[in-house]
Amino acid sequence: MTDTPAVAASLDGVSVLFGKQRALSDVSAEFPAGAVGLLGPNGAGKSTMLKALLGLVKPHSGTLKVLGLDVASSPLEIRARIGYMPENDAQIPAMTAVAFVAYCGELSGLPAADAIQRAHEVLYYVGLGEARYRNVETYSTGMKQRIKLAQALVHDPDLLLLDEPTNGMDPKGREEMLALIRDVAHAKQISLILSSHVMPDVETVCDSVVVMNQGTVVMRGPIDTLKGPAGRMFEVRIKGDRAAFVELLRQQAFDSRDGEGDLLRVTLPPDAGADKLFAAAAAVGAQVRHLRPSLPTLEDVFAGAVGEREDRA
Amino acid sequence: MPIHRERYRRRDGGTDVRGRAWMVICAQGLRALVRKRAFLYLMLVAWIPCLVRAVQIYVSANFPQASFLEISARTFRDFLDQQELFVFFITVYAGSGLIADDIRANALQLYLSRPVTRAQYAAGKVAVLMVALALVTWVPATVLLILQPMFAGNAAFIRHNLFLIPAVAMFSLVEISVGAVTMLALSSLSKSRWFVAVMYAGMAFFTQAVFGATRLATQSTSFSWIALFGNLAQVGDVIFQLKPRYDTPPVVSALVLGSLLALSGIVLARRIRAIEVVT
Repeated sequence: MTDTPAVAASLDGVSVLFGKQRALSDVSAEFPAGAVGLLGPNGAGKSTMLKALLGLVKPHSGTLKVLGLDVASSPLEIRARIGYMPENDAQIPAMTAVAFVAYCGELSGLPAADAIQRAHEVLYYVGLGEARYRNVETYSTGMKQRIKLAQALVHDPDLLLLDEPTNGMDPKGREEMLALIRDVAHAKQISLILSSHVMPDVETVCDSVVVMNQGTVVMRGPIDTLKGPAGRMFEVRIKGDRAAFVELLRQQAFDSRDGEGDLLRVTLPPDAGADKLFAAAAAVGAQVRHLRPSLPTLEDVFAGAVGEREDRA
Repeated sequence: MPIHRERYRRRDGGTDVRGRAWMVICAQGLRALVRKRAFLYLMLVAWIPCLVRAVQIYVSANFPQASFLEISARTFRDFLDQQELFVFFITVYAGSGLIADDIRANALQLYLSRPVTRAQYAAGKVAVLMVALALVTWVPATVLLILQPMFAGNAAFIRHNLFLIPAVAMFSLVEISVGAVTMLALSSLSKSRWFVAVMYAGMAFFTQAVFGATRLATQSTSFSWIALFGNLAQVGDVIFQLKPRYDTPPVVSALVLGSLLALSGIVLARRIRAIEVVT
């Protein structure tokens, strides 16, 4: 266990190209110590960013630092202090869980005796204690996700990189996995970067987020700050010409998005009140049938960030 | 408090990442091999010729009337020639899945996201096969070399054939390296160990068949450089200070084997990657 610097990882002007395809485009971002979510739609460049932080992908330009070390000059030292949970299924074939996790520990530099002891502990921790002598290839999807977390934790890393850790899990398994990750970050003091496109997952675990879209960072900061003060968002349902109402809101620079059912989620500027919504409805000959203050969710923040970016494009 | 929260504790000890990853990979690979019964049977059968040769050495050293069993440098060359069959089977059995299985299970990213370089990964994998092959070539041949003075009660044979010690080691190294590195390169090209096995067998037998055909057509063995086994035989004869059996200059055979190793190295460098880059 080593002290983690205040900034767990940082990128400065990083571009990654795969042939002509630009996976990351001049990305600069900082991941503070603690739990940070890496949000973005599929293809946004999240996995590429994680692989660049691991030194598995060489950037075309820019510099990356992890735990205060330069990725280009100290990749092995960095990888010894990182735990990586890949997105897709990954295991070493024909091994029991305990042998697999111990082997991963040894590969990370643990002495053999420590590795086997840690393997047992970590497997209990992730809830696979009873199944630790089973061949990993016979595991269910949820168990495979857990064992990927176990192999990432076995050498007690200072930073965890988790790529879509709840992929393919049932709701109960997902809840347990998130509880584990939250425990790792908040009770065990291991910094983590959680890459996901499932916003509630990130909201459950993380304190801050970096939002990516089309290979660039479109927003970052503490989740609470990004969500802004409560009360500026309303859920609205109108009777009348909905399209005209939305268009009028847009003209007045009010952000509106589809909510559940026929609800609209409208964000008003800090100085505007709900009367603006009644006025807009009246202007298009519609009636407000439902109006309720709402709390902005991470989904709203994400939609706003990605939407703005796409509008600009 | 849930049990899992009590189980995990932070670790105070350090880690040692200074280049020992290949040994961890090799040790794990060997453990996996010796757990397979088929491999143990194969090993057992591969040592039968050694047993036979040991009897031959004993009889020739202790019964002068059995002069037809007299041993020479060629005896050791012939022994290693015989072992070529087992080298082939063990290469196919133990080597075809070395990387192919990892590719199938997406394990490469697990290795390379740790303090393991691509070179260490390849070295660990190739070491598994080299150790397995050494157990049917260098080790039994060396055992025979040790047994000879023990059975004869003197070291006269070894004194007169001192070159056999490095020759056995060098030829075993050539045979093992070529087999192991070539197989590893083929193993990195596919997710299927069966396909890899077929590719290797195809390469070995197809080149041999082409050589056979050219031999029939030209009534000459100057095309032996085409065949993997032909090149090994040619280089082996030179190492054991025997007359080369084919017309191909031994230096050409050595160059072909060197090129095969270089090509395999290039393939491995391109294929051992943590991510598949599709452009």
